[in-house]
Amino acid sequence: MDSKTLSRRSVLQGAAVAGLAGAAGFVPTRFAIGNTAKVKVGVMLPYSGTYAGLGEAITNGMKMAIAEKGGKLGGRDVEFVAVDDESDPAKAPENTNKLVTGEKVDFLVGTVHSGVAMGMVKVTRESGTITIIPNAGANAATGPMCAPNVFRTSFSNWQTTFPMGKVAIERGFKTVVTMTWKYAAGEEMIGAFEEHFTSRGGKIAKQILVPFPNVEFQANLTEIAALKPDAVMVFFAGAGALKFVKDYAAAGLKTIPLLGPGFLTDGVLKAQGEAAEGILTTLHYADALDTPLNKTFRAAYEKQFGKGADVYAVQGYDAGQLLVQGMAAVKGDTSSRPALISAMEKTEIKSPRGAFTFSKAHNPIQDIYLREVKNGQEVVLGIAQKSLVDPARGCKAV
Amino acid sequence: MDFWFFLIQVLNGVQYGLLLFLVASGLTLIFGIMGIINLAHGSFYMLGAYVAYWLALKTGSLVAAVALSLPVSALVGYAIEAVLVRALYKRDHLDQVLLTYGLILVFNEGQKLIWGSDVHGVAVPELLNWSFRLTDNLNYPAYRLLISAVCAVVALGMWWMIAKTRFGMWVRAGAANREMVAALGIDVKLLFGLVFAIGAALAGLAGAIAAPVNSVYPGMGESVLILCFVVVVIGGVGSVKGAFLGAILIGLADTFGKVLLPDFASFSVYAVMAAVLLWKPRGLFA
Repeated sequence: MDSKTLSRRSVLQGAAVAGLAGAAGFVPTRFAIGNTAKVKVGVMLPYSGTYAGLGEAITNGMKMAIAEKGGKLGGRDVEFVAVDDESDPAKAPENTNKLVTGEKVDFLVGTVHSGVAMGMVKVTRESGTITIIPNAGANAATGPMCAPNVFRTSFSNWQTTFPMGKVAIERGFKTVVTMTWKYAAGEEMIGAFEEHFTSRGGKIAKQILVPFPNVEFQANLTEIAALKPDAVMVFFAGAGALKFVKDYAAAGLKTIPLLGPGFLTDGVLKAQGEAAEGILTTLHYADALDTPLNKTFRAAYEKQFGKGADVYAVQGYDAGQLLVQGMAAVKGDTSSRPALISAMEKTEIKSPRGAFTFSKAHNPIQDIYLREVKNGQEVVLGIAQKSLVDPARGCKAV
Repeated sequence: MDFWFFLIQVLNGVQYGLLLFLVASGLTLIFGIMGIINLAHGSFYMLGAYVAYWLALKTGSLVAAVALSLPVSALVGYAIEAVLVRALYKRDHLDQVLLTYGLILVFNEGQKLIWGSDVHGVAVPELLNWSFRLTDNLNYPAYRLLISAVCAVVALGMWWMIAKTRFGMWVRAGAANREMVAALGIDVKLLFGLVFAIGAALAGLAGAIAAPVNSVYPGMGESVLILCFVVVVIGGVGSVKGAFLGAILIGLADTFGKVLLPDFASFSVYAVMAAVLLWKPRGLFA
């Protein structure tokens, strides 16, 4: 079939024939209309508000991965349709529908905020649109809400802190005060730590929850000082992380070791300055990861975008890689979703964080690193837990 | 809870309350005297913080940065009053809310264009980078005490200005009867422009001096705005004295809410507001 000479009608006829033939199971090769049409990738990310920087990094990473492979997916040109989700869960269903029903995208990549991700997944579970989550860590997305068409290239909240339970025991900490915002991500991260830490005999002196997104910590720091635990495990991110770490140091509490998921220092380390010295964190990535792949990735990213890559850029990059590899495996044919999904499930992603594969619930099976801030730099101490699989509790759909 | 622990928490609460007062005082001035519901008040707080952060980077001195950020927020406030707000005095409150809400969006977008979406820290000046020992393992940063001191001085200064000076007399008179004051030959336009500029400068000052402890981040204005309205409503609209007491009350409610009733911490502030309004529907000093 010479596509240059095709009229619109014959394309439609061809499509109809291909469709019929496909239905009858007669298609010998994967050709059809797909090869001439663009692949539509819906991008639903925050481009305004607190998480705007994260949305930008993810977009950069994803586009970079696709551009590195010739800017095409399975031989087809790509069209991105982006929506700013404003990190507003209330608008999530509407924004998702805009892309899924309105734009009829082939893939949906989103998002950062867990609440928005849950609203998004509810829609795409119904529509069957292949969805790649490049950040939101809500356990449920690859737990009770799991679906064959939903993938995640980032982490589950559980994964990021579970290994810290072991680390804390190994360091000889017996009592720990935990503290986070009272919202899903915080409670899931702190919960995974507590689960592991107490199962190995550790004791939680107190769990402190502060209203989200309150950043006035003085009252609780006074409490921590009075409780005198062996260590303090906290999750805050962004402005909260910056302020907590500075307040903690200013209150003179640095004699009590501070632990957390990597989000406690990532992106704000420079602003935290001396206050961050000695903080131990666990995460699936570290900027300083000493692997050839990570170094090339970081150099290329910096050259292209004029700023250093972070964990969000990596997760976006891997979402891009998943698209590239999945589409390559089916040669650009998006007509059979089951075939595409099974191709995506089997991919091994050569991530800057280290290679990973997908669990049954489509969450990365990945190494979690132990990192420490030394002289203002994030230093990788080693792997806290190797090939950690999220337990995918409550996942029945896959 | 032992007594010493209790005292430290009182200190925490009062300190937080004083800072809230500094932001809320500008709001209550503008609200009470000019009758303008200024939703963009939090944006001036943000503006002050960002300008201080930026100037601290450029000049290397936080004192200079704070001092220079004051005229910036005052000028921006004055310009907004002269160009936009002035046209709406005779209009409905809803129009003012719409305008000032629009200003929030403009400020946020401007912040993103100029300073980007990153979170920034501001260093505490070397001279003040030390702390008091409170218990065997808890320190209290000197800089926090300085903030409290500045807030207390501003509170006194405002009381003096409004109660004792000619300008304060004009302000009170202008609020009570605008036409009469104009008829007496006082430039009400200029007067209101100045009040708006002072309100903006107070919010900007709060943002600037608190930048080293609060850090500087997108959306910081909105987080403080709601608390400011709570403070103003508790204190009684337009009353600086009320705003002072209201702010201290909210600071203490927030602190003890977190310690004593952590599950209701996000609610404690509003519970206090509801209780005060049941007792005095128009606020403490309306």
